[in-house]
Amino acid sequence: MTPGAGAVEVMRPGPFATIQDLGRTGYAAVGVPLSGAADLRSFALANALVGNPPTAAAIEATFGGLEVRAHTSVVMAVTGAPCLVTIDGSAASFGAALSVDAGAVVQVGSPRRGLRTYLAVHGGIDVPAVLGSRSTDVLAGIGPPTLERGSILPVGDVTDGAIDPPIVHPVPADLTLLVRPGPRQDWFADNAMDLLCAGPYTVLMESNRVALRLHGPALPRRRDDELPPEGLVRGAIQVPPDGRPVLFLADHPVTGGYPVLAVVDEEDQWLAAQARPGRPILFRARA
Amino acid sequence: MRVLPYGSRAVLAEVDSLERVYGLVTTLRREALEGVTELIPAARTVLVRFDPDVISGPALETWLRRRRPRPLAWGSDRTVELPVVYDGPDLPEVAALTSLEPAEVMERHLKGRYVVAFCGFAPGFGYLVGGDPALRVPRRDTPRSQVPAGAVALAGEYTGVYPRAMPGGWQLIGRSEAALWDVQRDPPALLSPGTQVVFVPEAAR
Repeated sequence: MTPGAGAVEVMRPGPFATIQDLGRTGYAAVGVPLSGAADLRSFALANALVGNPPTAAAIEATFGGLEVRAHTSVVMAVTGAPCLVTIDGSAASFGAALSVDAGAVVQVGSPRRGLRTYLAVHGGIDVPAVLGSRSTDVLAGIGPPTLERGSILPVGDVTDGAIDPPIVHPVPADLTLLVRPGPRQDWFADNAMDLLCAGPYTVLMESNRVALRLHGPALPRRRDDELPPEGLVRGAIQVPPDGRPVLFLADHPVTGGYPVLAVVDEEDQWLAAQARPGRPILFRARA
Repeated sequence: MRVLPYGSRAVLAEVDSLERVYGLVTTLRREALEGVTELIPAARTVLVRFDPDVISGPALETWLRRRRPRPLAWGSDRTVELPVVYDGPDLPEVAALTSLEPAEVMERHLKGRYVVAFCGFAPGFGYLVGGDPALRVPRRDTPRSQVPAGAVALAGEYTGVYPRAMPGGWQLIGRSEAALWDVQRDPPALLSPGTQVVFVPEAAR
């Protein structure tokens, strides 16, 4: 860190916190996942609120509980799963730019709903990029380390003149995700899509940044042979032999070996990243 | 060729052989259609990611359906030697599944002249084809929650080496000391699509 440069210090990371940006492109051919913020919409909002370009890195906190101290005066914003935000113990706005004095401590409480909360700092979190991204990829083990108590995060000096007024999308209490048919519908029984949309599915504890693992109606296959590995996308709903769907999030592998029945609409992928373990989610077929 | 729907930013082009996958990837790279952002070749498919602000999904599908990819042999001039010790925990299981002695499994695996068909699953993990068809075994019924780094494994028509410790369902027959993935190295992946691979007994190096 260069003297005089901005920094924030992690006092408490909460249950799980990482640094995220838009992810790694261009390395899929050697097996490197895209990664990036799990909820790209809330992440983009946090950057926009502090006047960062969309490529700046921010903190992704899972289940809140994050506490950071500003080493220098900074502008921050907290978005995503809504939490109580305080600066040195005084209530501060969620989803707005906040001026934080040098030495002040910003606390992010537990989310009332949703799962992932974003904390952006004007200038961006400026840890070294790995393969062109500052995202921590939990599947591939690439990128900056998971945040710990005492982690010092340098703040960059990125600026972006043109800022569109950000659009705020509150995280809803009930999650209904629109899906469209995936590439391997013909591997499933005729009623598989109806069963998926009838649900309900419960998000299992084993879920992480790689995927939501879901408990609910099993989705019957028509074919039992092994599918050769093929490319995956964010939002793909893959069905292993046990019939329990797996919905891929940011750190999904580049390829997968089970058929994909459906794909969550791009507009709703941010919601999948806000699905809490133990909570139900519903799927609805796109008209 | 079939073109299958895959969300609003990708389609999956499916052909009937690995050679046609190479043919299609070569065609798509050469023609460099505007709006196509990334190509992910796999066993029988190419995932074509696109930017919907530049090209519409239906337009891309129509364009893809008009391609007539010819089968191409794949393989760069680059050959990588991977040292190997055959002491994997699934060696007896693989021997039983293939009705071979464990020593024959090793011998046949060593004789293979492999090429990286495609990468995926994990950074630096290459799906190697070109092995002895007698060594085709299914994945394990229950995947291991942790496969050690360097494990040399078999599944279906493929062999591969785990670049790092991770969960996995392939049959483990040995291990290699080769650094398949090192993010400090440029390029970080030892194997990339087209790389030719031979296994060399550790003691013989």
